[in-house]
Amino acid sequence: MKVRFKIWRQDSPIDKGSFKVYEVDGLNPDMSFLEALDHLNEKLVLRNEKVIAFDHDCREGICGQCGVFINGRAHGPHENTTTCQLHMRSFEEGKVIVVEPWRAKAFPVIKDLIVDRSAFDRIIEHGGYISAKTGTASEANAIPVGKDIAERVMDVAACIGCGACVATCKNSSAALFTSAKINHLNSLPQGKPEEHQRVLDMTAQMAKEDFGHCTFTGACEVECPEGISINNIAEMNARFLKAKLFR
Amino acid sequence: MKLNAKIPEGKLEEKWRNYQLKSKLINPANKKKLNVIVVGSGLSGAGAAATLAELGYNVQCFCYQDSARRAHSVAAQGGINAAKNYQHDGDSVWRMFHDTLKGGDFRSREANTYRLAELSAPLIDHFTQQGVPFAREYGGVLANRSFGGVQVQRTFYARGQTGQQLLLAAYSQLYKMIRAKKVTMFPRTEMLDLVVIDGRAKGIIIRDLVSGEIKRYVADAVVLATGGYSRVFRLSTLAIGCNGSAIWKAHKKGAFFAAPSFTQIHPTALPQSSETQSKLTLMSESLRNDGRIWVPKKKEDTRKANDIPEEERDYYLERRYPSFGNLAPRDIASRAAKERIDNGHGVGRFRNAVYLDFKHAIERLGLETIKDRYGNLFKMYKKITGVDAYKEPMQISPAAHFSMGGLWVDYELMTTIPGLYAIGECNFSDHGANRLGANSLLQASLDGYFILPNTINNYLASEENRAPVDTNHPAFVDAEKKIKGDIEHILSINGNQTVDHFHRELGKVMWQNCAMSRNQAGLESAIEQIKKIKKAFWQEVKITGHSQELNTELEKALRLADFIELALLMCTDALQRDESCGAHFREEYQTKDGEAWRRDKEYTYVSAWEYTKDYFKLHKEELDFEFVKPTVRSYK
Repeated sequence: MKVRFKIWRQDSPIDKGSFKVYEVDGLNPDMSFLEALDHLNEKLVLRNEKVIAFDHDCREGICGQCGVFINGRAHGPHENTTTCQLHMRSFEEGKVIVVEPWRAKAFPVIKDLIVDRSAFDRIIEHGGYISAKTGTASEANAIPVGKDIAERVMDVAACIGCGACVATCKNSSAALFTSAKINHLNSLPQGKPEEHQRVLDMTAQMAKEDFGHCTFTGACEVECPEGISINNIAEMNARFLKAKLFR
Repeated sequence: MKLNAKIPEGKLEEKWRNYQLKSKLINPANKKKLNVIVVGSGLSGAGAAATLAELGYNVQCFCYQDSARRAHSVAAQGGINAAKNYQHDGDSVWRMFHDTLKGGDFRSREANTYRLAELSAPLIDHFTQQGVPFAREYGGVLANRSFGGVQVQRTFYARGQTGQQLLLAAYSQLYKMIRAKKVTMFPRTEMLDLVVIDGRAKGIIIRDLVSGEIKRYVADAVVLATGGYSRVFRLSTLAIGCNGSAIWKAHKKGAFFAAPSFTQIHPTALPQSSETQSKLTLMSESLRNDGRIWVPKKKEDTRKANDIPEEERDYYLERRYPSFGNLAPRDIASRAAKERIDNGHGVGRFRNAVYLDFKHAIERLGLETIKDRYGNLFKMYKKITGVDAYKEPMQISPAAHFSMGGLWVDYELMTTIPGLYAIGECNFSDHGANRLGANSLLQASLDGYFILPNTINNYLASEENRAPVDTNHPAFVDAEKKIKGDIEHILSINGNQTVDHFHRELGKVMWQNCAMSRNQAGLESAIEQIKKIKKAFWQEVKITGHSQELNTELEKALRLADFIELALLMCTDALQRDESCGAHFREEYQTKDGEAWRRDKEYTYVSAWEYTKDYFKLHKEELDFEFVKPTVRSYK
């Protein structure tokens, strides 16, 4: 299989960057997209060129470290998938595949396809946890949690923090990411004591990090590898209002 | 040097308590003057960093990923074991201890294994408090399922994403302590050496993976939580960045390496489908709860799975191990699959797989129940293979997975270098020669949250009044100089082969000779081949770019250089152990029906290897079975 990659190259954060085209041969349809990039990189080394830097780790769709824009879509042509789970069989022989890093002010490019997503960590730092010290827990079954609530919580707790929601949003909003963590913790009895402060702190940090506001275009939920629903943003907004009123 | 495991006095159930009663304490005002380095931010690393910070220590935590949340604990699917006995099915701490000891084929310490079972129940309380959405029953109580090698239901789970949920809980606790300014986090950094001063671990040298800068960090103790090293096989279930460099560098500085060759080959991964493949995806072992494993009775059968009638299918696990059937432990299930595949019964395009079939489970329980239990795994299977496993059986194959081996640690989780600790998968402690499913999240969490924070003070109490060292000490300067020299050297080779080329070569040698079954001739030849790969690597490798930038080829090359040396030690270890036990299967030592032949009289010890300039020197920690008599492991 042969394709033409058009890939964003940018040597450093201050470098302007540009697209470069690479003809790649010797691929097969069962290769993953990232394996095709590995393959290209080996060729580049032997041609004495610098390799394309891209982020990846687990390559099974759960760590959230990979993620690029492929032909104008976050994580490529399929819905609810990560870049590492995309295979070359999803592309046509001989066609151009355009590959770019996440584009968002809050995610500056470090090199080539690698961006800095530490803004997500700082949102979690501002309340994305339950303040309980190791060693202070009571018997787990002492606090029952209904199966329906546990399931709903799991739906949002599944967020892998890849940043596709931000990258695909025209406003570069982190509302889906932030709401997932808020709704996860605030829906559980264990998270109740800090619920109001959590919403206020996490949303304040989100605003500080150069993310845009949510205008409910719904683009995020289409690209979210875990299929996290945009309803979570509405729920977060309701929780925010409640926190403002009742704190 | 005589190895002292420092096992506390008393009956099994009193040991941990006795240890805590006698261990030294440190006044809170003094704790804040002490610094601890934690390398790795997975379940054990993040758990330890957060808990040590809560106790008052200043923590610096390092990881190579872009965020602590990526650590490979995230990928564990199935669950975490705990002796809660919520199912009222006869479980207890003793039974869990016994299952784990037996599962490990009696090659681990009784005291450690007992502590693992003893602390498991409070750990579930702990994670529930942190907000982990464990699966629940309709009444709101926690749900359980079974895992391999066990006849009770003691596994707690969060869909097929248990590792992710536990890791994210640990990560959030870590960030809680970062906000409290008690932890400083260094993502995108890689530890390249350990600094030992006057025989004590005092710091590390790291490379900033973005700027390429080499930096020195000093502390009163160093904790390694760097995970497993099965990427030595190249194709494994691990993340691409997982590596053995930190523990290998510690080994070269004096930390003994225990049972390096004990590697678990997981029976239910997806088969390799091309030469260029970079990793093997795991399908959770929980699938074996309802799926049945089989191969065609006829050799080289080319019919489609659904066209093969029931009487022509060989459910070989049920046939060979009637009492455990498809839930036989991993080492046994993998070996049985290999035996069938090697004998011409393999299925799939490359004849390297066996079937995992849900037809009967769907008939018995209904499609909805199966979807509810394993829906996300079936979805994942379809994404990767394009096949609908509700309609035809999955194809699965054994893959390199977990490292039971690792740095030798005593009961306090301290290595043979005072002040250097190893926690989680990177140590050798509780699993013996084979780890039971859902015990890995358990061990990583316990080491980090409950055990290390209770043992490290025993050492740090002696460091309180010691004269402080700083990063200008000659040991730091020399270590940095050596690393810089190594990096410039490797970049200057400018040969004609890529790093991946050598990694593929190494992987092939290791998979053929040091994986599911091993023999003397194979291991001897592997050692020679690896030496050749090492020589070729240092003459022919080509890396583009330079050292003062983000350079992924350089990162890979430095990791591979260590993997090659580690591979030599693994083969040396496998060759030395003239017996079969757990995952270590030496073809020369098997029973008439092909089971592992353990030689307790000669080999009831943990092999702990010391690094010397010319060879690996063996030390033995004799295992003393005071409470349980080792028996022949049978799952028949």
